[in-house]
Amino acid sequence: MSRKLLLNNVHVEGIHTYDVYRKSGGYAAVEKALKSMTPEEVVEEVKKSGLRGRGGAGFPTGMKWSFIAKPEGVPRHFLCNADESEPGTFKDRYLMEKIPHLLIEGMILSSFALGCEQSYIYIRGEYMYVLRILEKAIAEAYQNGWLGKNIKGSGFNLELSVSPGAGAYICGEETAMIESLEGKRGNPRMKPPFPAIQGLWQRPTVVNNVETICAVVPIVNEGGEAYAGVGIGRSAGTKLISASGNINKPGVYEIEMGITVEEFIYGDQYCGGIKNGKKLKACVPGGSSVPILPHYLVCKTAEGTDRLMSYESLSEGGFATGSMLGSGGFIVYDEDQCIVRNTWNFARFYHHESCGQCSPCREGTGWMEKVLHRLEYGHGKIEDIDLLWDIQRKIEGNTICPLGDAAAWPVAAAIRHFREEFEWHVKEPNTCMTRNYGLVTEKVFDKVNA
Amino acid sequence: MENQNIENIQFPKELLDEVKRITSLFPEGKQKSALIRVLHIAQAHFGYLSAPVMDYVARLLLIQPIEVYEVATFYSMYDTQPVGKVKLEVCRTGPCMIEGAEKLVSYIEKKLGIKDGETTEDGVFTLKTVECLGACGYAPMLQAGEKFHEHLTEEKVDVLIEQYRLNPVANYMGQE
Repeated sequence: MSRKLLLNNVHVEGIHTYDVYRKSGGYAAVEKALKSMTPEEVVEEVKKSGLRGRGGAGFPTGMKWSFIAKPEGVPRHFLCNADESEPGTFKDRYLMEKIPHLLIEGMILSSFALGCEQSYIYIRGEYMYVLRILEKAIAEAYQNGWLGKNIKGSGFNLELSVSPGAGAYICGEETAMIESLEGKRGNPRMKPPFPAIQGLWQRPTVVNNVETICAVVPIVNEGGEAYAGVGIGRSAGTKLISASGNINKPGVYEIEMGITVEEFIYGDQYCGGIKNGKKLKACVPGGSSVPILPHYLVCKTAEGTDRLMSYESLSEGGFATGSMLGSGGFIVYDEDQCIVRNTWNFARFYHHESCGQCSPCREGTGWMEKVLHRLEYGHGKIEDIDLLWDIQRKIEGNTICPLGDAAAWPVAAAIRHFREEFEWHVKEPNTCMTRNYGLVTEKVFDKVNA
Repeated sequence: MENQNIENIQFPKELLDEVKRITSLFPEGKQKSALIRVLHIAQAHFGYLSAPVMDYVARLLLIQPIEVYEVATFYSMYDTQPVGKVKLEVCRTGPCMIEGAEKLVSYIEKKLGIKDGETTEDGVFTLKTVECLGACGYAPMLQAGEKFHEHLTEEKVDVLIEQYRLNPVANYMGQE
């Protein structure tokens, strides 16, 4: 099960250039679509493929596309979300850096399907060097007639360009991204109206993640049904996983959905096991905002079945015993890692990144950071743990955008699964301060085994 | 850059052309969309975004100064105060922390004799801790200008600080 649909040519020398990409079969999907398909047929193939959004939410792409409003005489826009900022996630950067033309090809196909003639790639400002790679590739695509007016005589026009952000996690939220692309602060908008009705400059807009857009290329090439045949059940196709933390081989891996989590962590072709022969303590399988899983729920579900790398299996058991595939930011923690410190670190991140629009998020993320800081540094009280629980519960669901939820979930999950470790920080702060987490973990392991 | 009198603030021709090119990527009347990128260019050219620089950008894009101020103060990459020629931005989030980002920051603080957020006396280096830069698998890391320095060790930090000391141009965009 090592089928690749996006990264099959990633190691071909010079694949970032137009010539090599074209020689390796690049732009065949655009050729096919423009010559022999109608835009509706492209949408139909994407629907059939079962492709779901790869940015984190997992919403069916074909359905998202079908929501776009088509009022007479109003231009529509297709946007690529390359704001990748979810801690633990670095797959889009890899795709754009290594195979920029794959994204451009996907942009042309998607824009054609949706009838958009002006499309943008919004990329996080810190990836400025990637922006330059993309601009070079876009210039090559223009020179070779894949962008611009009347592409390859099809009558379809497309202008494509890249626009940077300037350091704001919130701009990965699609309405914040649209605000930012309009040259404003990245404050998420109230929905409805949804971007499909009123998006960029109040025009109908669709926003998709880099990886989602790239997946449209193999879908058009091989057909939606063939794509749906890869993967498992409603988790169709392949997924890029960004693996980091205490593993032997961190990096970006393309997996066919349905392989076991155990194979992914311990298999030689993937993470290659835990570094330095240590034990697995916990895992965040889908980026910092998804619930952390304790070691006994990583490779197996609560029912005792194998946990698989798929949308369904990773969320099996709900938030009580499951997590989410999210963006595929797979962070592995060994026995020496401190869950309280990690939770504090993530809370600080969300506090820093809150746009400040909604009080529960603006204030709540700050409180969580403060309380977690005092727990981590040995000044906490037992009641602080309940206080934290209370704060996160009051943030979740009470904000305009999902950043509030994203900040609440990791705190909730850490307390749910590692409450003893929080208590340990209150009762024996000195042991925790000596960073003897192996010992702390043993205590937690013992408790579970008992 | 000191002495930022309004009269001194003017892009050279090649940057004005670049602003024109960027503005042309958006439909007529939507030139405000170019703001974020133009601010990156202004910061790289003038060193930081002072009020006169922001006013200049507002005039270039035919928008109100307040529209520039609110953007410049929202995004974390913009500096509205002077910084060193080379900004060392060390990622401190989750995976980088696991791989020793905190130790790395202390090492750089000691080496340069400054704290997080400060600038060396000679004005060459500013040290700043930042949130996730999308290099989690290659941790620990820091960004200097546009360049990502990954899999860092103390030895590698020594080398790159020496390099930037000799050639402190990291914050200028498009270098390398």
